[in-house]
Amino acid sequence: MILLKLLKSDRGGRFTLALLALTTLVVPICNLLLPESNPLHISTYTMTLLGKYLCYALLALAVDLVWGYLGILSLGHGAFFALGGYAMGMYLMRQIGDRGMYGHPVLPDFMVFLNWESLPWFWHGFNWFWFAMLMVVLVPGLLAMAFGWLAFRSRVTGVYLSIITQALTYALLLAFFRNEMGFGGNNGLTDFKDILGFSLQSDTTRAGLFIASAIALGFGYLSCLYITRSRLGKICTAIRDQEDRTRFIGYRVEHFKLWIFTFSAMLAGVAGALYVPQVGIINPGEFAPLASIEIVIWVAVGGRATLYGAVVGALMVNYAKSYLTAAMPEAWLFALGALFVLVTLLLPRGVTGLLRKKEINV
Amino acid sequence: MTVLQSFRTVMRRDQVFEFLIPDVPPDLDLTHGVILYLEGISVSFDGFKAIDDLNLYIDDGELRCIIGPNGAGKTTMMDIITGKTMADSGSAWFGQQINLLKMDEPEIAAAGIGRKFQKPTVFEHHSVIENLELAMAGDKRVWKTLNARLNGEQRDRIEEVLTIIDLREHYRNQAGSLSHGQKQWLEIGMLLMQNPKLLLVDEPAAGMTHQEMDRTAELLTSLAGNHSVIVIEHDMDFVRSIAKKVTVLHQGSVLAEGSMDEVQNNQQVIEVYLGE
Repeated sequence: MILLKLLKSDRGGRFTLALLALTTLVVPICNLLLPESNPLHISTYTMTLLGKYLCYALLALAVDLVWGYLGILSLGHGAFFALGGYAMGMYLMRQIGDRGMYGHPVLPDFMVFLNWESLPWFWHGFNWFWFAMLMVVLVPGLLAMAFGWLAFRSRVTGVYLSIITQALTYALLLAFFRNEMGFGGNNGLTDFKDILGFSLQSDTTRAGLFIASAIALGFGYLSCLYITRSRLGKICTAIRDQEDRTRFIGYRVEHFKLWIFTFSAMLAGVAGALYVPQVGIINPGEFAPLASIEIVIWVAVGGRATLYGAVVGALMVNYAKSYLTAAMPEAWLFALGALFVLVTLLLPRGVTGLLRKKEINV
Repeated sequence: MTVLQSFRTVMRRDQVFEFLIPDVPPDLDLTHGVILYLEGISVSFDGFKAIDDLNLYIDDGELRCIIGPNGAGKTTMMDIITGKTMADSGSAWFGQQINLLKMDEPEIAAAGIGRKFQKPTVFEHHSVIENLELAMAGDKRVWKTLNARLNGEQRDRIEEVLTIIDLREHYRNQAGSLSHGQKQWLEIGMLLMQNPKLLLVDEPAAGMTHQEMDRTAELLTSLAGNHSVIVIEHDMDFVRSIAKKVTVLHQGSVLAEGSMDEVQNNQQVIEVYLGE
């Protein structure tokens, strides 16, 4: 009920969610029910691509929550996304069973290749779906909590915090590249077969994953909306604008930052977990600092501090990326850089800022 | 035997574990009629003594003006009282019981000390009413604020403060769109919402028109009595219009204290400050 009331005052959000609901219905139907000869048929490739975008949109939402509303420019959110992805990847690895190349009943291929005798302790439990799903939110959440507790308690802010988040994801990148870590080294985890007993190659499973991503995005959106419209959300923007003032009226700024940061990391983890079965691979590349910076660009392009702006930005930039990397691969990074510069200079409120002219901010 | 005994003390069923007992600060104790004690406070920044053996006592319900040339340590003193800056030595007590030097900013705010900054500092992206709502005294923990709603009593309080600070017709405007003077007033309103016992007001009249200044003076004098107010101000006319007792700071310690006339006729004060 409260959510409905909140949505009433969020026009862009209503529109975005309606569109999301429509896509969730139409895309799987066009994919599964219409024959390939039909002009309205949507190929599985396109559907998976769209599903991937939805995961990115959820990730953008997570970044927007901490950057747009709390003023923490996190350049390391890709780390939480990747950790969620790895948790899901480990589950999918265990589902392969003895169908791997070496046919070992327990060990994943890369461990057999490294001559490991038994499963490392941290791989235990990932054969259960519920355990893996728990880890999808728990691991990024705990990392964010430990990191945030240290950083916010010592009042690291601004660009220094951004640099530390960047260092965090870079450290993880280096660690996950190592074979000894037990996460498949630079090849990462891949060659997944099925999820919950459904083959990942089948169209129905793909449609299911697409729908799951859309639902996750919807729930993510509504929970972020609820948070940002509550008094908690108002305090967050207050912290963003005047941190000292907030402290002097009696709020424990570091606690607020810690909880929102942790929640955001969990959202990113969920996005990563939905992303991995759709793209079929997770490797340390997801930890790359550049990937995290890209997320920030999506949010900036869409419009910081509007939730639907983050979604729109993620979809637009990623569509452009898919298009450009196919048409002119070498031009993409230049285009991305130019986009960021232009948006910062000309559209400080992002693309959605064009739509809301004099709407009262946040 | 001792193991068994300590086990029994730990497992006592008539009391909770020690770490579960919330750390409640003692209530404000004003039995001696003094609300703030600063004794022998010193702070130095990189060898520069910003505050040097400062002694200051504020009575309950008093309105005290603090003047002094630039760099006299006025704002640093406020920073110490509100927990922003750590004192190197000395003691600061709020009432008889509360040791300010052991607390951080939110604890001090919760204990009942409110502060207005030199530059008007309001939440510019929030509406006037939201600014007041955020400043309101109450449970300020993270999870409590997620589902917090205004109740009738709180609404009344906000309305009351809106009337006091004369921003009734602007209550839905963004604080960023207010004039400089109005922002100053809003910040004072935010102070009032906190229900503090002691208000620290840093340059309330800066950038105000004469009319606004008069009304600010009126407001501050009306607050004294129920609250204790410390005002830092440069504008001498303003100080004269509100102050009963004035403290002059110079190089981090108290140079003179007394009524405005006494202070103005003090030879030392004239030398360092007023005479120039």
